Amino acid sequence: MNLNLDFAAIFERWPAFLEGALLTLQLAFIATLLGTVIGVLGAIGRRSSHPIIARICGVYVEAIRNTPLLVQIFLVYFGLASLGLKFSAFTVAAAALTINVGAYTTEIIRAGFDAIPRGQIEAAEGLALSRSQIYWHVVMLPAIEKVYPALTSQFVLLMLASSVTSQISAEELTAVANYIQSDTYRAFETYILVALVYIVLSLVMRAGFWLLGLVIFPRRRRLGTPL
Amino acid sequence: MHKITRTDTASSVVGLSNVHKSFGALKVLNGVSFEVNRGEVLVLIGRSGSGKSTALRCIDRFETIDSGEIVVCGHRVSDPKLDLRALRQDVGIVFQSYNLFPHLTIEENITLAPCSVKGISKVQAKEQARRVLAQVGLEDKLHQYPEQLSGGQQQRAAIARSLAMQPKVMLFDEVTSALDPELTGEVLKVIEALAADGMTMVMVTHEMGFARGIANRVVFMHHGKVHETGPAAILTSPATPELAQFVGTGL
Ligand SMILES: Nc1ncnc2c1ncn2[C@@H]1O[C@H](COP(=O)(O)OP(=O)(O)OP(=O)(O)O)[C@@H](O)[C@H]1O
Ligand SMILES: [Mg+2]
Repeated sequence: MNLNLDFAAIFERWPAFLEGALLTLQLAFIATLLGTVIGVLGAIGRRSSHPIIARICGVYVEAIRNTPLLVQIFLVYFGLASLGLKFSAFTVAAAALTINVGAYTTEIIRAGFDAIPRGQIEAAEGLALSRSQIYWHVVMLPAIEKVYPALTSQFVLLMLASSVTSQISAEELTAVANYIQSDTYRAFETYILVALVYIVLSLVMRAGFWLLGLVIFPRRRRLGTPL
Repeated sequence: MHKITRTDTASSVVGLSNVHKSFGALKVLNGVSFEVNRGEVLVLIGRSGSGKSTALRCIDRFETIDSGEIVVCGHRVSDPKLDLRALRQDVGIVFQSYNLFPHLTIEENITLAPCSVKGISKVQAKEQARRVLAQVGLEDKLHQYPEQLSGGQQQRAAIARSLAMQPKVMLFDEVTSALDPELTGEVLKVIEALAADGMTMVMVTHEMGFARGIANRVVFMHHGKVHETGPAAILTSPATPELAQFVGTGL
């Protein structure tokens, strides 16, 4: 066996890797932000006493969780095209990833809502708070705090899964790697480097979520105890 | 809006008449009637499962009744068109398990409802928080989180949170049952002070000695009915054998 690795040609392309990494982070950032909004609304919808709303949210979650991401991406890509709408591959990728992660986030946040003891809500109702005030002031923050590790993992997973969008030629890290390896004929070296970059991105995201947690959970910052 | 004019008993704050309530096949309230006037303390007693909590929860519409009528501070609670939030601004309720919001400081717990329901300013609300906390002897806990307080302190903070909404009547459901005797004492002292201040109260308690001292009226519930009612003296000289047995075992 002789392993002959040569990274020189790959390292030369570092600006392209950097750009790809930033595009991947950008994709993950957009889908995380919008996915969180969808997740909160979806979770409220699934718990709605209105059966049709609860049903629609349920169907959305099940449809997404039982189909492959790549198929979802193609559906968005060709679906928009067949409607005559033209978007960049990056936009399509961001939309598809948002729809995908929104469903998983809905389930995670719903579990958080369900974990809030009934007595908390009754106490808030007894203080004459409205339903939306109760969600906003009493339920939301503790619910998110309880499922924060699960949310973090989900969004890191989403960032890694975004590599699949290279299939529709969205510009991101894996697409850049595909191009570089075909240009340099150094496929193994390219993907070794790409794997390392993904690891760094994961760590960056986890650090980001940790810092964000310090900001949005002041009780935890002060006492350090889990809720 | 959905208020009735108070003509007959102008000082009546809470009135139940012939209230029925079932959970499925289980009949819990079977024609319960009682009245609480302004400044009165009504104590509900009875064996476990006799429907005390259910009666209390019906007053604040945490349960809907099957038939009968409940009027609280002019709100017809049994009316399906009841303005629920208006009712709950007039009624304060304190639970056995405190239910402070764990992610908020004591101050934030107290100012939340006055700010978001009554729309008073943050500054005013904080000033009021200080006042109600002083009333329950917890001025120094303003910036602590609930988990940093003892059970008795948490319960007193929960009472303060209710007081900040300036309710016309307070409901207490076994608020000391989760506390050991020492902590129970400090909570009961706070309730006694409230009563002395003229607060109208309905409370469920198993503390018979305390009930004797504070009650203007005692209601003994048995099998979903008001089995015996009268002044605190009925606890020492009960008229019915059921109450006699209950206070006999309860002492
Ligand atoms: N939400 C509910 N669904 C079904 N049954 C209920 C519900 N709430 C109460 N019950 C039943 O109604 C009966 C009366 O309950 P309630 O809580 O009013 O009794 P209580 O007098 O407060 O008793 P305790 O002293 O144990 O608190 C009990 O048998 C209880 O199991
Ligand atoms: Mg009870």
